[in-house]
Amino acid sequence: MSSRKFDFALAIGGEAGQGIATPGDILARVFVRRGLHLYTYNAYQSIIRGGHIFLTIRVSDQEVYSHGDKLDLLMCLNQDTADRHVGLMGPGSRVIFNSDSIKIDGAKEGVFLCPMPVSDLTNNSRNRLFQNTVAVGAIMALLSLEFEILEESLTLRFQRRGQAVVDENVAVARAGFDYANANFEPFPGTTPAGSKPLAVWAGNDALAMGGAAAGVKFYSAYPMSPSTGVLHWMAANARSLGIMVRQVEDEIGVANMAIGAAHTGCRAMCATSGGGFALMTEAIGSAGMMEIPVVFINVQRAGPSTGVPTKSEQGDLWQVLGASQGDFERLIVAPKDSLDAFNTMPELFNLVDKCQCPGIVISDLLISEGRFSVDPDDINMHPKIDRGDLITEPSSTDGYKRYKITETGISPRALPGLEGYVHVVATDEHDEDSILISDEFTNPHKRRKMVEKRARKFQHVTKDVPPPELEGPQDAEVTLIGWGSTYGVIKEAIEQLKLKGVTANHLPIKWIVPLQGEVVTDILSGSKKRIMVENNYSGQFYRYLRSETGLSVDGHIRKYDGEPFMPHHITDGVLEVLAGKTDIYVPYQEVVV
Amino acid sequence: MTTTTDIAEGQPDAQLTAKDFKGPVDPDWCAGCGDFGVLNSLQRACAELGLKPHELLIISGIGCSSNLPGYFNANGMHTLHGRALAVATGAKLGNHELNVIVTVGDGDGYGIGGNHFVHTARRNVDLTYVVMNNQVYGLTTGQVSPTSSLGMKTKSTPFGSVEMPVNPITSAIMNGATFVARGFSGDIRHLTDLIKKGVQHKGFALIDVFSPCVTFNLDNTNPFFKERVKKLEDEDHDTSDWKASCEKAMIWGDTIYTGIFIQREAPSLGQREPVLDEGGPLGQRPLGISQEQAEKIIQRMM
Repeated sequence: MSSRKFDFALAIGGEAGQGIATPGDILARVFVRRGLHLYTYNAYQSIIRGGHIFLTIRVSDQEVYSHGDKLDLLMCLNQDTADRHVGLMGPGSRVIFNSDSIKIDGAKEGVFLCPMPVSDLTNNSRNRLFQNTVAVGAIMALLSLEFEILEESLTLRFQRRGQAVVDENVAVARAGFDYANANFEPFPGTTPAGSKPLAVWAGNDALAMGGAAAGVKFYSAYPMSPSTGVLHWMAANARSLGIMVRQVEDEIGVANMAIGAAHTGCRAMCATSGGGFALMTEAIGSAGMMEIPVVFINVQRAGPSTGVPTKSEQGDLWQVLGASQGDFERLIVAPKDSLDAFNTMPELFNLVDKCQCPGIVISDLLISEGRFSVDPDDINMHPKIDRGDLITEPSSTDGYKRYKITETGISPRALPGLEGYVHVVATDEHDEDSILISDEFTNPHKRRKMVEKRARKFQHVTKDVPPPELEGPQDAEVTLIGWGSTYGVIKEAIEQLKLKGVTANHLPIKWIVPLQGEVVTDILSGSKKRIMVENNYSGQFYRYLRSETGLSVDGHIRKYDGEPFMPHHITDGVLEVLAGKTDIYVPYQEVVV
Repeated sequence: MTTTTDIAEGQPDAQLTAKDFKGPVDPDWCAGCGDFGVLNSLQRACAELGLKPHELLIISGIGCSSNLPGYFNANGMHTLHGRALAVATGAKLGNHELNVIVTVGDGDGYGIGGNHFVHTARRNVDLTYVVMNNQVYGLTTGQVSPTSSLGMKTKSTPFGSVEMPVNPITSAIMNGATFVARGFSGDIRHLTDLIKKGVQHKGFALIDVFSPCVTFNLDNTNPFFKERVKKLEDEDHDTSDWKASCEKAMIWGDTIYTGIFIQREAPSLGQREPVLDEGGPLGQRPLGISQEQAEKIIQRMM
């Protein structure tokens, strides 16, 4: 981006088991402690040992919204990584590799090769992980960073394992640092520092933390990529925060257990991916019918079925819209990034408490498993909490109607255990006082009243969510429409388009239900051209938007190869669509990650 | 919010009778259905234990027998087919001061809900699981159930069932249930006692109840059981001996045993989970995170 003084991307490639996460984490901490912003994307396989893993870390003095288009530095942990990626490195970039075991072939002219004699530098240590530490030392040198920052990060990382381990790692890193200083040309210029240290989190951490801040007391889950990070965060913090965390036998149990806990007053949630969400759907309908507030998170991965478990896609929108049989309302929200994911949780909990209904968060692998810098001052751990119409004082008179028909459709809710408020909740259609309609006689007039009562709760909910807003100049040549995780990458593409002389604006949509159709229609009626961007094959959001508003668009940019969009994919697509070359542009993923 | 203990201590003399647990509508079960005996026993057990309707949460699934919460004066949840135990686990952990009783049928409990049965037993969740076992699917008009006998003719097995039935008692014992009993809806006094003991038991208590279907199961009828049931209490049965319990549970002929097969002490899930130790019911605790906790969490991200 033009305003960036520093925009640097490095990648670490190797196989599972080679310890890519550790140098990734150490470097991420080095950068955020320096006050730099970062965005990481880890392209990996569903494998514990072997295969190919490629972690991209992009760092800047300004906020970063995607993993970008180019790499400045490649750290090869194995030959395979070198073979796959070296040819794509551009002039001025650096390639760090262990010269004892890796041969580089096919590097373009102008690429600086940085061979590291790892055995010599580590006194022939048999610890295979030392090649990572040597390389991290070298990266510090190439970026002209002081070694002490790395020493501090290594100490923090390894202190639990004793001073000897810390000393060993610091010594090896120092050897890499000194060797690189003596033998390789560093990147020109200096690495800037931000005004204050930042923090780093994954999107799944943000979802879990947002839940905890909203007052979640019950979290249940069955492990499923890419949602498992939420379970890990919850499990690690359960006892200090007083959250009941249960790993359950299947997602059917997960969802029903959360509903049971929610009925007794807990703010309850569960996270899964599409396959697990499929198992939860009947329970989601039961929360709708029993009017129990509970939050479900679907972290999308590429489907259908088991699909591509470690790859990102926005392919579950229709699944979420249609989850469970019957005609009932649920709230659906797709956060645009990690901080938004955090802020969405209390917002959604307040709404599901108000409407006494299920709420669904749609995330995806890109947001949930990516690691991002965040300004700690932007994390509001004490959000507003509103439990809606909840009765808390006991009564000496009977006659409580759990499903009392009211003007707003909202029936004051009492929790089981409160004297004077004995009641039944039922998944069968029921009357105001919970008596099953089929128990008395199947009464069409009562049935109609109850359907309308439940629906009425959502008549005014549109007022409770912020309307979508157009970002960028009103009179732009083209409007890019996106939802959920495409927010950042579209934002960066718009900057690229500006450099190419095309002005674009952006309509990101976060609230899927309620969709503020009138606002969207208003905004889009002013657009000169409209292009819909989404990470799926069939244009799921476009079809939804069209069904809700009747709007159409001039072109589509879609991607469904498992990898998320890079900014230039969208830039190229916009140019092609505007030039009339195509109305559905599907970018080619150049880097075989 | 008033807790169950407060009420019990405040009104020691307000003992209710079985009639006080009668719900707003009468059961729509067929005349002569075994489930009437179970409902009756459950109401008596609650009265004799001195429980109050607001302290109880009765959770059912779907099926004839699962309509029970509507016929009972207590808090109730009429949940999905097969999912009552999962909902009940969440509810018990959400408010461990409630007395949670789960009432389902054999198709619901041992068929579609079989997975939850295994895991709720091993977790030793403190709840009472009353399964009205009529060895047939009634509400769907008479199909084979997981407990139907080999050879039983139903609408879905017109030539006789070719599958071995599940044995709920041995299954529960093998899955680690800490209280396993079998009752008969034709013996209300005995069943009432079993339910009382199950409710008093701190942990997962299964009470499998022969509750004959008068419409769709003409093999395992009221007289069939009347002639055969024999109480373990009348014999020298050791409820800590799982092998002897399994042997007795597998006897199915002229003698069929009822009574308590297994009863042993073990910490319940709620007792093993320190989150419940202090602060009252989870669902009634204040929401949010302290400043100190918030700072710690953010510090770890720096």
